[in-house]
Amino acid sequence: MAGLMSGFGSFTHAVVRALPQSLAKEALRTGSLEVDLLKAQEEHDKYVSVLKHRLGLEVVELPADEALPDCVFVEDAAVVCGDTALITRPGAESRRKETEAMKAALTELGLSIVEMTDESATLDGGDVLFTGREFFVGLSMRTNQRGAEILADAFKDYAVSTVPVQDRLHLKSFCSMAGPGLIAIGASEAAQKALKIMQQMSDHKYDKLTLPDDLAANCVYMNLPSKGDVLLHCTPEEFPESAKVFEKLKDHMLIPVSNQEKVKVDGALTCCSVLVNRKKNI
Amino acid sequence: MTTEVGSESDVKKVPEVQQQTAPASAEPSQEESPSDPEAAASPEPSSPPADGGPKKEKGISRFLPPWLKRQKSQSQDKPGESSAPPKQESVEAVQEEQEETHGAGAATASTEQTEEEKSIGSADTQPVREEKEEETKEEEQVIPHEASGLSALKLNKKMKMVVCHVTLLDGSQFSCEVEKRAKGQYLFFQVCEHLNLLEKDYFGLSFKDNAEQRCWLDPTKEIKRQIRNSQWQFAFSVKFYPLDPSQLTEDITRYLLCLQLRQDIASGRLPCSFVTHALLGSYTLQAELGDHDPEEHRLDYISDFQFAPNQTKELEEKVVELHKSHRGMTPAQSDAQFLENAKKLSMYGVDLHHAKDSEGVDIMLGVCANGLLIYKDRLRINRFAWPKILKISYKRSNFYIKIRPGETEQFESTVGFKLPNHRAAKRVWKVCVEHHTFFRLVSPEQPTKTKFLTLGSKFRYSGRTQAQTRQASSLIDRPAPYFQRTSSKRISRSLDGAPVVNVSDYSQAAGAGENGPALELNSDSKSQQVEVVEEPDADAATSISSETAFESKLRVQGENIYVRHSNLMLEDLDKTQEDVLKHQASISELKRSFMEATPDPMPSQWDKRLTGSPATTLRLQAQGSAEVKPEVNGQPEVVEVVEETVVIEEVVKAKPKSPAPEVPATVETECAAEVKEERSLSSDSDSEEEAEYHAQPPTTSISTQQIKEEPEEEQEAVLIQQAPPSGIESQPITEAAEPAPSAEEEKPAELPEEEVHADEPLATPDEAPNGHALQAEAPPTLRAAPTEEEEPHIVNGSTSRVEAEHLPQVICCSEPPVVKTEMVTISDTFAAQKTEISTKEVPIVHTETKTITYEAAQLDGNGDGEPGVLMTAQTITSESLCTTTTTHITKTLKGGLSETRIEKRIVITGDSDIDHDQALAQAIKEAKEQHPDMSVTRVVVHKETELAEDED
Repeated sequence: MAGLMSGFGSFTHAVVRALPQSLAKEALRTGSLEVDLLKAQEEHDKYVSVLKHRLGLEVVELPADEALPDCVFVEDAAVVCGDTALITRPGAESRRKETEAMKAALTELGLSIVEMTDESATLDGGDVLFTGREFFVGLSMRTNQRGAEILADAFKDYAVSTVPVQDRLHLKSFCSMAGPGLIAIGASEAAQKALKIMQQMSDHKYDKLTLPDDLAANCVYMNLPSKGDVLLHCTPEEFPESAKVFEKLKDHMLIPVSNQEKVKVDGALTCCSVLVNRKKNI
Repeated sequence: MTTEVGSESDVKKVPEVQQQTAPASAEPSQEESPSDPEAAASPEPSSPPADGGPKKEKGISRFLPPWLKRQKSQSQDKPGESSAPPKQESVEAVQEEQEETHGAGAATASTEQTEEEKSIGSADTQPVREEKEEETKEEEQVIPHEASGLSALKLNKKMKMVVCHVTLLDGSQFSCEVEKRAKGQYLFFQVCEHLNLLEKDYFGLSFKDNAEQRCWLDPTKEIKRQIRNSQWQFAFSVKFYPLDPSQLTEDITRYLLCLQLRQDIASGRLPCSFVTHALLGSYTLQAELGDHDPEEHRLDYISDFQFAPNQTKELEEKVVELHKSHRGMTPAQSDAQFLENAKKLSMYGVDLHHAKDSEGVDIMLGVCANGLLIYKDRLRINRFAWPKILKISYKRSNFYIKIRPGETEQFESTVGFKLPNHRAAKRVWKVCVEHHTFFRLVSPEQPTKTKFLTLGSKFRYSGRTQAQTRQASSLIDRPAPYFQRTSSKRISRSLDGAPVVNVSDYSQAAGAGENGPALELNSDSKSQQVEVVEEPDADAATSISSETAFESKLRVQGENIYVRHSNLMLEDLDKTQEDVLKHQASISELKRSFMEATPDPMPSQWDKRLTGSPATTLRLQAQGSAEVKPEVNGQPEVVEVVEETVVIEEVVKAKPKSPAPEVPATVETECAAEVKEERSLSSDSDSEEEAEYHAQPPTTSISTQQIKEEPEEEQEAVLIQQAPPSGIESQPITEAAEPAPSAEEEKPAELPEEEVHADEPLATPDEAPNGHALQAEAPPTLRAAPTEEEEPHIVNGSTSRVEAEHLPQVICCSEPPVVKTEMVTISDTFAAQKTEISTKEVPIVHTETKTITYEAAQLDGNGDGEPGVLMTAQTITSESLCTTTTTHITKTLKGGLSETRIEKRIVITGDSDIDHDQALAQAIKEAKEQHPDMSVTRVVVHKETELAEDED
């Protein structure tokens, strides 16, 4: 029997969503860069392909919705941990409906669904960092205290600590898990400060992997049968220095994935999928 | 059995009373005794001081003479022989009475037994008590008439037995009869024995106070005083949740922990997800029902179990499904799996307390093994690991933690929280101190040399800290005790179908015999649970406390500060055993330091716990602790009553390494009596603290250190005030006063040690208003000598007392050939605090401090200057309602001679209502009784009185 909190990084399924045309023009963004839709499409296809073919995950691909220009970033719509899926209430009004398709897909997967019905609560999945032992929730433009409380209520086994996020869209705009107990963290002052807070709040010890580029600190870690530690990370083209850091992780299967276009609308690697582990019962 | 006991106790009490009253009165008292139980009931409650000591002695003067007598008598070993003729008479009378009453065996022996049983079962204690009692009696005889009325009360009290009801973890009830004045540890021990539990340090007894708040029963205090008017109803439960249950030695311990966790889960106290509820529930079924049997176990077979606060059919189905997968797993394995999962839950072992932050926002304080967690709703919004915390204190309804500066920060900061009331603040503080001590500190090893301490050996094994407990557990050598699991609350469904079986019942039958003393040794409970072995100490302490204590007056709210030396703790991990040993000493000191003194009774409680606790072990070992009667060479005992108990543990460490510091010593007991008024709290405490610093003469190297530290502390205080991040009321005075906190890193030496070390005559109380302790040292006597009492040395007998009935109460100490020094300081608190004090709440208090020192001329001669090798240093603290006694014992080896020095600090806190003189006298008396062989070299009385009070 798998015990509580075991199997960090084990996934069997991935939920992704196709990229709507409207993304190029209408997707929310902190910057003002133009997105090359075709390139973005290509990127995303590659990303999905890695999950599906290279890693062998069951990929649930949701159709795009032109009315939801940001719908490709499925991570924000749900937080899945164990057998429970918390359907969020995204901080951006325009994205609220993204959760509908997600909820349906996750229900289909047999997860127990928790919905965030409180109208005062907002939470983007991008602000939720699950370390395997606990949650850190960034309090950002998109996520508020109430949202974090509901998350804590949904995942009662775990400690949920809040981390103020400033000058960044999401908590995971500058950090993510790169392995069990290994936090990838950007080198910026804001990122380091957040890390300090997380370390102080935690009863657990984490190793850190510091990346020169904050955006590069967003990577996707998995622990898959027959593949071991897998890490999807930035490409050397985008962040050469950071890529070198990842390359030092000898024990990981390293898979550079390009994210040049989606990053223009604040999309990071983790943003484009919701990973689910459904094989294990408990 | 109970009846017999009761009778014995009655007898015993009677004799005492008689003695006190006078031989002549004996008969009447006897008559009373039979009816005691009934009659007693009314009187007891009415009399605040359980001991009755205070009542007995109204004047210090009374006591003084007794001292001298007592010492002699003690030296003789038999109380009856005590130098004073009256005593002998009284004793005899008592015996006679007893015999008469019960006819045969009710002699002194019986009395002793009774006491033992009652108190805690340690024989050692008894003698002491008796002596004390006798002494008291003698005194009373001297001044017979005053006490007679009181004596009657005493009789009644002592005799009474009360039935305690304890709810065990399996929901069953355990009842046992205890003497009304029994301490918490007695009951706890009874329960553990009933449960056949050896690893008891993780557990405790709790009760609900008048406000329906769950409180831990302090093992070192009388039960009655703690529960007050509440019922004698207790709950046995886990107090310290082991971080790694797999390290527990016995399955029975794990089983009990499982029961607790099931309760926690079912009640919602330990939140879990659906899946976790199901998983844990399935292990519960496997443990209690065995393999799933499709025929026998239909779905409803679990309907009786409660796996979650809101149990659904869905959950039950899931539980059953998982239960099936556990086939073949033994109950012990199932429990282990249960624990392996439960321990990962984020709220595992977190003790929550409602509070508000500086902005008035509702939050929860969670005390756990690793530190203090701050929650807002379900979210963790901050966390302060123990290493981050320099000091823990509370004042009124505020709870403060002083935070170690971060890498980039220069100053410490203090964070304050507002608790619903003073008691709540105190409760959090205590829980913090306990958790810190238990999980963070390593306990000291037992001193091999301890022999001189009577009680010491017994205490050795009591492990308070987790480290100690583990060590002790490793010594458990018994076949796994048989115990029956009862399905949580659905006994009927238990495996065998056996009706309700209490774990205890079986266990007792099975293992009771084995458990004996050995068990106790191994698994002494931590703070709260002091075992029988410890009893003596406790008793002594108690007796003192009780006598002195005046309950109602205690209202003083002082702050209690718990200081932790993070460095030490950190170091512990890396240290070798030797280092550890060294640390131990320091640790004990630390513990003491925790209790930085506040006038409040609170600190004392802490102290007591410490004493009882494993950590305490250190103290215990070395020390005979206050309670123990030190067989010290005839050294002067100086009793200092200091309101503050500041301990400088680190100092101790330093000393050991450096030979010089310790004075050759003799045992010094210092008694300082301070009387404070309630209102003065803040100021008092502060002043007191300061006093300690100042008071101590810097003779010793140690003292020097201390001195140095003081300035630092002061500085810190200033800083703190400025920096209080969270809206907190800075306690200006307090901080300044508290040396310990600042010292943490540096190993702040705290007053207590200082006192100990500094044997110099008059302390130069520069800064501190209280210069109390001056200790004169007596020439070192041989270690062995302890038995040989150098009574001649003893100067004590003399008495001087200053008494005042006014607010500023004078404390009297008596010592013979003495040099008397008096120093009066009036301090304006505010003036002292230069910084802006955020607190409006802090009352302005003007304090008058008076310090009087009596020194024995002889003592000075001792070469304080002579460096000796410090062999052992122990500190013990005990608390009663209004008195806190800190005993510091140091053994120094000088040129082949060993000296034992005992310093006692007795802090008496209370209103003017309290008869401070009596309390002081009592304390001094007790000290003498405890250490008959030793002479008192110095008595320093430091008295602080509020000049102006603030209401509120």
